Amino acid sequence: MKTSADLHFKTYLLICLMVIFGPLGNVLLGKGMKQMGASSAGPPLGAVGFVFHVLTSGTIWLGIGSLLTFFVAYMLVLSWADYSYVQPASAAAYGMVALLAHFILREVVTPMRWMGVILICCGVLVVGHTPPRTTDRG
Amino acid sequence: MLALVLYLLIIGAGTGGELCVARAMKAVGEVKDFRPSALLALIPRILRVPWMWAGVALMATAFFSLLAVLSKENVSLVVPVTALSYGAGALGGRLFLGEQVTPRRWAGVLLVCSGVALVIVGRA
Repeated sequence: MKTSADLHFKTYLLICLMVIFGPLGNVLLGKGMKQMGASSAGPPLGAVGFVFHVLTSGTIWLGIGSLLTFFVAYMLVLSWADYSYVQPASAAAYGMVALLAHFILREVVTPMRWMGVILICCGVLVVGHTPPRTTDRG
Repeated sequence: MLALVLYLLIIGAGTGGELCVARAMKAVGEVKDFRPSALLALIPRILRVPWMWAGVALMATAFFSLLAVLSKENVSLVVPVTALSYGAGALGGRLFLGEQVTPRRWAGVLLVCSGVALVIVGRA
Protein backbone atom coordinates (compact mmCIF):
# COMPACT_ATOMS: atom_id res chain seq x y z
CA MET A 1 0.00 0.00 0.00
CA LYS A 2 1.37 3.34 -1.06
CA THR A 3 1.78 5.84 1.73
CA SER A 4 1.44 9.56 1.30
CA ALA A 5 5.20 9.88 1.85
CA ASP A 6 5.87 7.50 -1.02
CA LEU A 7 3.56 9.48 -3.24
CA HIS A 8 5.27 12.75 -2.36
CA PHE A 9 8.73 11.23 -2.80
CA LYS A 10 8.13 9.94 -6.30
CA THR A 11 6.32 13.15 -7.24
CA TYR A 12 9.23 15.34 -6.10
CA LEU A 13 11.77 13.01 -7.71
CA LEU A 14 10.13 13.22 -11.11
CA ILE A 15 9.57 16.96 -10.78
CA CYS A 16 13.32 17.33 -10.06
CA LEU A 17 14.08 15.47 -13.29
CA MET A 18 11.70 17.82 -15.11
CA VAL A 19 13.33 20.92 -13.63
CA ILE A 20 16.82 19.71 -14.59
CA PHE A 21 16.25 18.30 -18.06
CA GLY A 22 13.62 20.76 -19.34
CA PRO A 23 15.83 23.88 -19.10
CA LEU A 24 18.92 21.93 -20.14
CA GLY A 25 17.12 20.80 -23.30
CA ASN A 26 15.99 24.33 -24.11
CA VAL A 27 19.49 25.75 -23.62
CA LEU A 28 21.09 23.03 -25.74
CA LEU A 29 18.51 23.62 -28.49
CA GLY A 30 19.16 27.36 -28.29
CA LYS A 31 22.92 26.78 -28.57
CA GLY A 32 22.46 24.34 -31.45
CA MET A 33 20.18 26.67 -33.39
CA LYS A 34 22.57 29.58 -32.86
CA GLN A 35 25.46 27.45 -34.15
CA MET A 36 23.33 26.54 -37.16
CA GLY A 37 22.55 30.17 -37.85
CA ALA A 38 26.23 31.12 -37.60
CA SER A 39 27.35 28.38 -39.99
CA SER A 40 24.79 29.20 -42.67
CA ALA A 41 25.93 32.62 -43.83
CA GLY A 42 24.30 33.58 -47.11
CA PRO A 43 20.75 32.90 -48.34
CA PRO A 44 18.20 31.57 -45.81
CA LEU A 45 17.95 27.79 -45.50
CA GLY A 46 15.12 25.98 -47.26
CA ALA A 47 12.95 23.48 -45.42
CA VAL A 48 15.14 20.51 -46.45
CA GLY A 49 18.34 22.32 -45.52
CA PHE A 50 16.80 23.32 -42.20
CA VAL A 51 15.86 19.73 -41.33
CA PHE A 52 19.29 18.45 -42.50
CA HIS A 53 21.14 20.91 -40.29
CA VAL A 54 18.92 20.09 -37.32
CA LEU A 55 19.47 16.34 -37.72
CA THR A 56 23.27 16.64 -38.03
CA SER A 57 23.80 18.80 -34.95
CA GLY A 58 25.02 16.88 -31.89
CA THR A 59 24.04 19.75 -29.61
CA ILE A 60 20.47 19.67 -30.93
CA TRP A 61 20.34 15.88 -30.44
CA LEU A 62 21.50 16.31 -26.84
CA GLY A 63 18.78 18.92 -26.43
CA ILE A 64 16.18 16.58 -27.89
CA GLY A 65 17.39 13.79 -25.55
CA SER A 66 17.08 16.08 -22.54
CA LEU A 67 13.59 17.18 -23.56
CA LEU A 68 12.62 13.53 -24.11
CA THR A 69 13.73 12.70 -20.54
CA PHE A 70 11.73 15.67 -19.35
CA PHE A 71 8.68 14.47 -21.28
CA VAL A 72 8.82 10.91 -19.90
CA ALA A 73 9.06 12.21 -16.31
CA TYR A 74 6.24 14.61 -17.08
CA MET A 75 3.94 11.88 -18.42
CA LEU A 76 4.64 9.57 -15.50
CA VAL A 77 3.93 12.20 -12.84
CA LEU A 78 0.72 13.19 -14.64
CA SER A 79 -0.56 9.64 -14.19
CA TRP A 80 -1.23 10.39 -10.52
CA ALA A 81 -0.85 14.16 -9.92
CA ASP A 82 -3.10 17.01 -11.11
CA TYR A 83 -2.03 18.98 -14.17
CA SER A 84 -2.52 22.17 -12.18
CA TYR A 85 -0.13 20.82 -9.55
CA VAL A 86 2.52 19.54 -11.94
CA GLN A 87 2.57 22.64 -14.16
CA PRO A 88 3.78 25.00 -11.39
CA ALA A 89 6.69 22.65 -10.79
CA SER A 90 8.42 24.27 -13.72
CA ALA A 91 8.92 27.44 -11.65
CA ALA A 92 12.48 26.51 -10.74
CA ALA A 93 13.05 25.78 -14.39
CA TYR A 94 12.64 29.46 -15.31
CA GLY A 95 15.36 30.44 -12.91
CA MET A 96 17.52 27.61 -14.16
CA VAL A 97 17.07 28.75 -17.77
CA ALA A 98 18.26 32.24 -16.84
CA LEU A 99 21.28 30.76 -15.02
CA LEU A 100 22.16 28.43 -17.89
CA ALA A 101 21.68 31.20 -20.46
CA HIS A 102 23.92 33.50 -18.42
CA PHE A 103 26.71 31.03 -17.64
CA ILE A 104 26.67 28.68 -20.65
CA LEU A 105 25.34 30.77 -23.54
CA ARG A 106 26.91 33.99 -22.21
CA GLU A 107 23.64 35.81 -22.92
CA VAL A 108 22.97 39.17 -21.28
CA VAL A 109 20.31 38.78 -18.58
CA THR A 110 19.34 42.25 -17.38
CA PRO A 111 18.34 42.97 -13.75
CA MET A 112 14.76 43.63 -14.89
CA ARG A 113 14.64 40.26 -16.58
CA TRP A 114 15.98 38.63 -13.41
CA MET A 115 13.17 40.37 -11.50
CA GLY A 116 10.67 39.02 -14.02
CA VAL A 117 12.00 35.51 -13.56
CA ILE A 118 11.73 35.88 -9.76
CA LEU A 119 8.16 37.16 -10.09
CA ILE A 120 7.29 34.22 -12.32
CA CYS A 121 8.69 31.84 -9.71
CA CYS A 122 6.69 33.56 -6.93
CA GLY A 123 3.48 33.33 -8.95
CA VAL A 124 4.01 29.71 -9.73
CA LEU A 125 4.75 28.98 -6.06
CA VAL A 126 1.43 30.61 -5.12
CA VAL A 127 -0.32 28.39 -7.65
CA GLY A 128 1.58 25.41 -6.28
CA HIS A 129 0.23 26.04 -2.76
CA THR A 130 -3.34 25.46 -3.89
CA PRO A 131 -4.80 21.95 -3.41
CA PRO A 132 -2.86 19.55 -5.63
CA ARG A 133 -5.89 17.43 -6.48
CA THR A 134 -9.29 18.99 -7.06
CA THR A 135 -10.95 16.23 -9.06
CA ASP A 136 -12.43 13.12 -7.46
CA ARG A 137 -10.99 10.42 -9.64
CA GLY A 138 -10.11 6.97 -8.33
CA MET B 1 4.26 39.27 -37.12
CA LEU B 2 5.67 35.80 -37.79
CA ALA B 3 7.24 35.79 -34.33
CA LEU B 4 3.83 36.61 -32.80
CA VAL B 5 2.21 33.69 -34.65
CA LEU B 6 5.00 31.39 -33.49
CA TYR B 7 4.62 32.54 -29.86
CA LEU B 8 0.85 31.92 -30.09
CA LEU B 9 1.53 28.44 -31.45
CA ILE B 10 4.04 27.71 -28.67
CA ILE B 11 1.54 28.76 -25.99
CA GLY B 12 -1.74 27.54 -27.52
CA ALA B 13 -0.62 24.28 -29.07
CA GLY B 14 1.82 23.59 -26.23
CA THR B 15 -0.78 23.99 -23.48
CA GLY B 16 -3.45 22.18 -25.50
CA GLY B 17 -1.02 19.30 -26.01
CA GLU B 18 -0.17 19.12 -22.31
CA LEU B 19 -3.85 19.07 -21.40
CA CYS B 20 -4.45 16.22 -23.84
CA VAL B 21 -1.46 14.28 -22.45
CA ALA B 22 -2.72 14.87 -18.89
CA ARG B 23 -6.12 13.50 -19.86
CA ALA B 24 -4.53 10.50 -21.54
CA MET B 25 -2.34 9.68 -18.52
CA LYS B 26 -5.34 9.92 -16.20
CA ALA B 27 -7.05 7.38 -18.48
CA VAL B 28 -4.01 5.06 -18.25
CA GLY B 29 -3.97 5.26 -14.45
CA GLU B 30 -1.32 5.77 -11.77
CA VAL B 31 2.08 4.30 -12.64
CA LYS B 32 3.46 2.34 -9.66
CA ASP B 33 6.09 0.11 -11.24
CA PHE B 34 9.16 2.02 -12.48
CA ARG B 35 11.26 -0.91 -13.69
CA PRO B 36 12.34 -0.38 -17.32
CA SER B 37 10.42 -3.46 -18.47
CA ALA B 38 7.25 -2.21 -16.79
CA LEU B 39 7.69 1.25 -18.32
CA LEU B 40 8.20 -0.29 -21.77
CA ALA B 41 5.06 -2.39 -21.29
CA LEU B 42 3.23 0.84 -20.53
CA ILE B 43 3.90 2.30 -23.98
CA PRO B 44 1.26 0.27 -25.91
CA ARG B 45 -1.36 1.15 -23.29
CA ILE B 46 -0.54 4.85 -23.62
CA LEU B 47 -0.57 4.71 -27.42
CA ARG B 48 -4.07 3.24 -27.40
CA VAL B 49 -5.47 6.43 -25.86
CA PRO B 50 -6.53 8.87 -28.63
CA TRP B 51 -5.90 11.89 -26.38
CA MET B 52 -2.21 11.01 -26.38
CA TRP B 53 -2.01 11.25 -30.18
CA ALA B 54 -3.79 14.59 -30.16
CA GLY B 55 -1.44 15.79 -27.42
CA VAL B 56 1.71 14.67 -29.22
CA ALA B 57 0.58 16.34 -32.46
CA LEU B 58 -0.10 19.62 -30.68
CA MET B 59 3.16 19.46 -28.71
CA ALA B 60 5.12 18.71 -31.89
CA THR B 61 3.61 21.84 -33.46
CA ALA B 62 4.67 23.85 -30.40
CA PHE B 63 8.14 22.25 -30.46
CA PHE B 64 8.92 23.23 -34.06
CA SER B 65 7.58 26.71 -33.40
CA LEU B 66 9.98 26.87 -30.45
CA LEU B 67 12.89 25.78 -32.67
CA ALA B 68 12.05 28.51 -35.17
CA VAL B 69 11.87 31.21 -32.48
CA LEU B 70 15.07 30.01 -30.77
CA SER B 71 16.99 30.53 -34.03
CA LYS B 72 16.25 34.26 -33.79
CA GLU B 73 15.78 35.11 -30.09
CA ASN B 74 17.74 34.54 -26.87
CA VAL B 75 16.62 31.51 -24.88
CA SER B 76 16.41 33.60 -21.69
CA LEU B 77 13.69 35.67 -23.41
CA VAL B 78 11.84 32.92 -25.28
CA VAL B 79 11.38 30.47 -22.42
CA PRO B 80 9.97 32.95 -19.86
CA VAL B 81 7.48 34.22 -22.46
CA THR B 82 6.10 30.70 -22.69
CA ALA B 83 5.07 31.16 -19.02
CA LEU B 84 1.90 32.73 -20.44
CA SER B 85 0.80 29.14 -20.88
CA TYR B 86 0.03 29.16 -17.13
CA GLY B 87 -3.02 31.30 -17.88
CA ALA B 88 -4.06 29.01 -20.70
CA GLY B 89 -3.29 26.01 -18.49
CA ALA B 90 -5.46 27.22 -15.61
CA LEU B 91 -8.34 27.88 -18.01
CA GLY B 92 -7.85 24.56 -19.77
CA GLY B 93 -7.57 22.71 -16.47
CA ARG B 94 -10.94 24.13 -15.44
CA LEU B 95 -12.77 23.66 -18.74
CA PHE B 96 -11.11 20.52 -20.08
CA LEU B 97 -10.08 18.55 -17.00
CA GLY B 98 -12.77 19.73 -14.56
CA GLU B 99 -10.26 21.09 -12.04
CA GLN B 100 -11.23 23.82 -9.59
CA VAL B 101 -9.23 26.99 -10.22
CA THR B 102 -9.47 28.99 -7.01
CA PRO B 103 -8.97 32.79 -6.73
CA ARG B 104 -5.60 32.07 -5.12
CA ARG B 105 -4.55 30.08 -8.15
CA TRP B 106 -5.67 32.86 -10.47
CA ALA B 107 -3.64 35.31 -8.35
CA GLY B 108 -0.61 33.14 -8.92
CA VAL B 109 -1.27 33.11 -12.64
CA LEU B 110 -1.50 36.92 -12.60
CA LEU B 111 1.90 37.09 -10.85
CA VAL B 112 3.34 34.86 -13.53
CA CYS B 113 1.96 37.02 -16.31
CA SER B 114 3.38 40.14 -14.59
CA GLY B 115 6.76 38.45 -14.46
CA VAL B 116 6.52 37.70 -18.16
CA ALA B 117 5.78 41.37 -18.87
CA LEU B 118 8.90 42.35 -16.90
CA VAL B 119 10.98 39.86 -18.84
CA ILE B 120 9.80 41.37 -22.13
CA VAL B 121 10.35 44.98 -20.96
CA GLY B 122 13.77 44.02 -19.63
CA ARG B 123 14.90 42.69 -22.98
CA ALA B 124 18.51 43.71 -23.54
